Amino acid sequence: MKRDFEKDKKDMVVVEGSYAVASAVKSCRPNVISAYPITPQTHIVEDLSQFMADGEIPNCEYIMVESEFSALSALVGSSAAGARSYSATTSQGLELMHEVLFNVSGMRLPVVMTVANRAVSAPINIWNDQQDSISQRDTGWIQLYAEDTQEVSDMTAQAFKIAEDPDVLLPVMTCMDGFILSHVYEPVVLLDDDLVAEYLPPFEPEFKLDPKNPKTFGAFADPNSYTEFRFLQQQAMNKALKTIEDAADEFYDLFGRYYGGLIDTYETDDADIVLMAMGSIVGTIKDVIDTLRAKGVKVGLLKVRSFRPFPVEAIHNVIKDAKVVVALDKNISIGLNEGALFTETKASLYNTKIDVPVIGFMIGHGGRDIPVETIENIIDEAKKVIDSGISVESQFTDLKEELL
Amino acid sequence: MKSLLAPGHRGCAGCCDAMAAKFTLMAAGEDCIVVSPTGCLEVMTTPYPESSWEIPWIHSLFENNAAVASGIEAALKAKGEMGNTKIIAMGGDGATLDIGMRSVSGAFERGHDFTFVCIDNEAYMNTGVQRSGATPFAASTTTSPSGTVSFGNIRPKKNMPAIIAAHGSPYIATTSIGYPKDMIRKVKTAVDVEGPTYVHAHSPCTTGWGFDTSKTVEVAKMAVETCLWPLYEMEDGEITKVKKIKNPKPVEDYLKMQRRFKHLFTKEGGDDFIKQIQALADKNIEKFGLQ
Ligand SMILES: Cc1ncc(C[n+]2csc(CCOP(=O)(O)OP(=O)(O)O)c2C)c(N)n1
Ligand code: SF4
Repeated sequence: MKRDFEKDKKDMVVVEGSYAVASAVKSCRPNVISAYPITPQTHIVEDLSQFMADGEIPNCEYIMVESEFSALSALVGSSAAGARSYSATTSQGLELMHEVLFNVSGMRLPVVMTVANRAVSAPINIWNDQQDSISQRDTGWIQLYAEDTQEVSDMTAQAFKIAEDPDVLLPVMTCMDGFILSHVYEPVVLLDDDLVAEYLPPFEPEFKLDPKNPKTFGAFADPNSYTEFRFLQQQAMNKALKTIEDAADEFYDLFGRYYGGLIDTYETDDADIVLMAMGSIVGTIKDVIDTLRAKGVKVGLLKVRSFRPFPVEAIHNVIKDAKVVVALDKNISIGLNEGALFTETKASLYNTKIDVPVIGFMIGHGGRDIPVETIENIIDEAKKVIDSGISVESQFTDLKEELL
Repeated sequence: MKSLLAPGHRGCAGCCDAMAAKFTLMAAGEDCIVVSPTGCLEVMTTPYPESSWEIPWIHSLFENNAAVASGIEAALKAKGEMGNTKIIAMGGDGATLDIGMRSVSGAFERGHDFTFVCIDNEAYMNTGVQRSGATPFAASTTTSPSGTVSFGNIRPKKNMPAIIAAHGSPYIATTSIGYPKDMIRKVKTAVDVEGPTYVHAHSPCTTGWGFDTSKTVEVAKMAVETCLWPLYEMEDGEITKVKKIKNPKPVEDYLKMQRRFKHLFTKEGGDDFIKQIQALADKNIEKFGLQ
């Protein structure tokens, strides 16, 4: 993370994470917002509603839909009609959008949506993990994960820039941990409208629904052409790898804040143990690393910002010289007993010459706290792998035996 | 009037959906944007890279066309590009009465300035004639087949115009592709009225109902002439105009034309069902003052 805190200090305000996101959305000059309330995303849509009520978002329509399904569907229409389009949701709302998610990306509509990550039912649970967005990983959306409220606020502007890049034209999900980031009050620098105007040009798609130049959107594709549509989506994801980095660099040049492009690293240069994680947990991990580094333990952090596209090369560059890699996941693929970051990192290494053991821990489901001790214990397990090899590849942590 | 649906689509000969689309576009003119859900109309008009639509057109999913239309309207409004552009969502009965119901209801309740045209061919034709909420009483479909103990679909049609009326729509009309002028006039009225308006077009499907491909219009007219499908208009929830039927024909004449009602004439006990269907027509005569 590169950031001039001294320079930022004078502009800092203490606001709720959700407010910071809503304010960032406002600065991005959306034309259509459409959303449906669900905890812990609610404050974002409420703040945006208030901005609308106060006339603070010009040239914008806010559609108060009857469901998440329609929220995203409305944005299919608005984005295809050439409007910069935004939504926010989480958990059950995101799951309800599942079918539409594929549709938005398949039609190459650069919609941006904030996901305030939350567990999925059953049992019903409103607290944070990342099962909701990870469950949507194959829908063709770019997925970015933020570490803190400042990052998710800034990421909002980056997301529109990435999505609307003519080489990319893919929807972007900006993921923030529910409550941990959405409901926390922190000092942040809200996006400056003029700087955002400089950073983010108006959305002017090459093709849109326009009676003066009629085009057909969402046609029916048979086996002769369907595959090519999928290939082109994948190709756009490949192009997005660079666009995501460029968007972060350009943001740094203008705003002086940087959180990594596809990934970010912390003390990894000489690290024997590299922990991989996404979202707010990286903050805790950094603290643990500081403590352990003081004791001489060579441990570092690889923060994954972009989960889709999955930055294989960037990850390999960081972990290739480590003695063990530990992926921490707030999600699980039930039936495989693995979290997504673990599975994908491990899979990405198979046909390479990089020979590093990878283990995985599934942590923090349904909002369970992840204390420093848990991270320390995980690092102890990693040390054992260096000494005597892998005994368990992937496992839950801190299970309560009395509940099983 | 120019037809903005290019010839050469892949619909069956005598396809009702194609006619409904054609009449709708004749009424709307070039300055319109059309949204269609999944269904026969979408599949037969847009096999990539071809398209029959000479106006901007979008298909997203089966159940969301009213929501997509909401977004288009919002986009044009927000960007100050609305002008005189008509936004039309055109969907099958399945997409309107069943799976799309929530999105239709939401869009009408929110009051978007658009027109919804329901192409009611009384079943899910695109997936092979399964029953929908618009399938009439005693019709045999592939999921409500007549059988040894069944006389087909057991419930009457869902009253969609009444449901839309309950949402406070300023203009609602029922029409039929058997009466092109009626349909064009009503769609034109609907697109010109501000706010969410609704046109429900009865649309016999040769394939799904089982009649000769040359008979689409004839069958459509017969539904109206037997009073099984009354043509009326509603303004702000009140019926304002009704097409009178001087000498209603017996429903039998209509039922006989179609394979989906064949069992009523071949199975023992079928006449009782024909009587019940006649009662539905008689009720319409009374309720809508058709005579
Ligand atoms: C969520 C979902 N469920 C089911 C389908 C399959 N499906 C596609 S079109 C269709 C029926 C369409 O019927 P209708 O709306 O009446 O239009 P028609 O084809 O009769 O004109 C069905 C069931 C689908 N595409 N999406
Ligand atoms: S099945 Fe019916 S609605 Fe579908 S294309 Fe054929 S005639 Fe048209």
